[in-house]
Amino acid sequence: MELTGAEIAIRCLQEEEVEYVFGYPGGAVLYIYDALFTQDKVKHILVRHEQAAVHAADGYARSTDKVGVALVTSGPGVTNAVTGIATAYMDSIPMVIISGQVPTHMIGEDAFQEVDTVGITRPCVKHNFLVKDVNDIAVTIKKAFYLAKSGRPGPVLVDIPKDISLQKTTFSYPESVTIRSYNPAQKAEAGAVKQAVQLLLEAKRPMIYTGGGVILSDAAATLKELVHLLGFPCTSTLMGLGGFPETDKQFLGMLGMHGTLEANMATQHCDVLLAVGARFDDRVIGNVSHFNEIPRKIIHIDIDPASVSKRVQVDVALVGDVSHVLKDMLALLHSSRQKPDAAAIAPWWKQIGEWRARNSLAYKGSIEVIKPQFVVQKLYEITRGEAFVTSDVGQHQMWAAQYYKFDQPRRWINSGGLGTMGFGLPAAMGVQLAHPGDTVACVTGEGSIQMCIQELSTCKQYHLPIKVISLNNRYLGMVRQWQQFFHGNRYAESYMDALPDFVKLAEAYGHVGIKVEKPSEVEDALKEAFARKNDLVFMDFRTDPTENVFPMVPGGKGLSDVRLAEDE
Amino acid sequence: MRHIISIMLENEAGALSRVAGLFSARGYNIESLTVAPTEDATMSRMTIVTSGSDAVIEQISKQLNKLIEVVAMQDLSGGEHIERELMLVKMHAVGEAREEIKRMADIFNGRIIDVSDQTYTVELTGTSVQLDSFLQAFDRHLIVETVRTGASGIGCGQRILKL
Repeated sequence: MELTGAEIAIRCLQEEEVEYVFGYPGGAVLYIYDALFTQDKVKHILVRHEQAAVHAADGYARSTDKVGVALVTSGPGVTNAVTGIATAYMDSIPMVIISGQVPTHMIGEDAFQEVDTVGITRPCVKHNFLVKDVNDIAVTIKKAFYLAKSGRPGPVLVDIPKDISLQKTTFSYPESVTIRSYNPAQKAEAGAVKQAVQLLLEAKRPMIYTGGGVILSDAAATLKELVHLLGFPCTSTLMGLGGFPETDKQFLGMLGMHGTLEANMATQHCDVLLAVGARFDDRVIGNVSHFNEIPRKIIHIDIDPASVSKRVQVDVALVGDVSHVLKDMLALLHSSRQKPDAAAIAPWWKQIGEWRARNSLAYKGSIEVIKPQFVVQKLYEITRGEAFVTSDVGQHQMWAAQYYKFDQPRRWINSGGLGTMGFGLPAAMGVQLAHPGDTVACVTGEGSIQMCIQELSTCKQYHLPIKVISLNNRYLGMVRQWQQFFHGNRYAESYMDALPDFVKLAEAYGHVGIKVEKPSEVEDALKEAFARKNDLVFMDFRTDPTENVFPMVPGGKGLSDVRLAEDE
Repeated sequence: MRHIISIMLENEAGALSRVAGLFSARGYNIESLTVAPTEDATMSRMTIVTSGSDAVIEQISKQLNKLIEVVAMQDLSGGEHIERELMLVKMHAVGEAREEIKRMADIFNGRIIDVSDQTYTVELTGTSVQLDSFLQAFDRHLIVETVRTGASGIGCGQRILKL
């Protein structure tokens, strides 16, 4: 039997066992929506803005090991989606975006709602396709899922012109596809693995630095085994949090611009650094020449050869899937006669203990005004560290990362690379749909939340009982902090005036709103909110507008040029 | 340092802009870029002349390899290779210059392929440096217009870039 291109596209999603498609209809995708309407295997979630469709698909993907799927129309549908696509691209999130396009005979004529989708998305996708023949739809979608999930994951876009979605052909879904130019490595070279293990065993001041690659590769259990076997200190990037249990005594906290003193100092002063699925980002390593002032051997595990020696020259490159490489290292360690020598690294642990004792995450509490850190700490206690936590971007994101201790992977969902405000709420929708019975909290600010606030409507439609923790300091806090430190207290456009009454706003969308103004009310408000299992509760915490995020390594500075709160 | 990178590329719409876009997005130099189909209809062959430190060239190679449409690539400058570029140059040819241009074209193994009472057009093939020296041999005002293809390159002997 012959099917239309639109029916084939939906059949492909069924074959890929896609549970949810996040999207928004429009002219160029009408046939595809028609095909969605006449089946019930793939469920569609109607968002209120295409950016949110992509963020929701992204949150879904990050909190599971599946590919997120979004569906948007041509022109503005695509351009609205671009921020979401770029967000997923920067954090290597597996995703397939299907976009409608004007009919093939109108491409290039500046048709209504026409945009060069393949051109406009090219720099922020792993790959993209324009389907020009109905016979190519199935194989193209198969390739899209394969590319999105394999190797270094990423978003893949498939652009389908309207006439192609109406033409008919027979449907057969390929079992597998091969792409002659694309063969991502799985295992690293055995010689390099051996060399790496030898370096680790001889280290006197070893350090393990893990990133988002651990999560993407589902390597948390293997990583834990390796770190425990070696007995080395371990830190994580913002993207890697939860890849190693944060409550483990070998964990030194997050490193980087707002990392702990002990994590940054140990990374700077180690003699052997094992980087696991992390990419020596500017927010992590800071100034490269400062970082290079201290000689150390660097071992780098990454599936993407282009990430190796990009910013920092490494000594041993282990190009392969993190999980595979870690297993090979473990096997070698188990079979080796040489064992990790705890005594040899005891002085190093003693030094780390001294840095730790500085308690760099300490902050001054208050009984007058709500400290944002305190809210996150209470959130952690009340959810027993088991919630899925999404965040937006800014100070609240850093406080959530610093004070919520993630012991499991895929629980901390945030836009690390692109730093996209407006990510948190739609991402939480994807997470809540993927984990219907679980607690999902969105830690946000009054600035970020307003970038995708319309999604409160989507949450109502699909009964998503997300708990929105808005740390409302009446400022674009991170901007204000930089203006205070580096721009002579000139707070250009960082004050949020004319804010809505968030309680009434939440109520207008059919949700519950709670305003919290005193530190003494924080715990009860959180308890009340989380007791409401079936409601979305929007919590408007009026927090200290002057609070800053510490520790802080100023942009362009080295890891040990850290500014602590106590300096003030 | 100058490098000549040779690429086997899927012969598909948009493949060229993916390569060109990569160079502009990451701030790499392109001195010249030339591309044409090969005897295998599914494949194009591209030659890019670029420059940069060893680290930059390493990144360029790795980033090119990440493009799904790049099937194979080779830094020709890493070994023995042949480089050729075609130039068409129209010259102001009156009086003494008419003889001078003809003589110089002979020395450089060029050919005069179009003649008018005011101009000669010379066709010249060689390395980019040879083409430069031909142009430098004349007064600027004699050169009316130049068209260059950019370098094409191929490895010597058993240095083969093929699937």
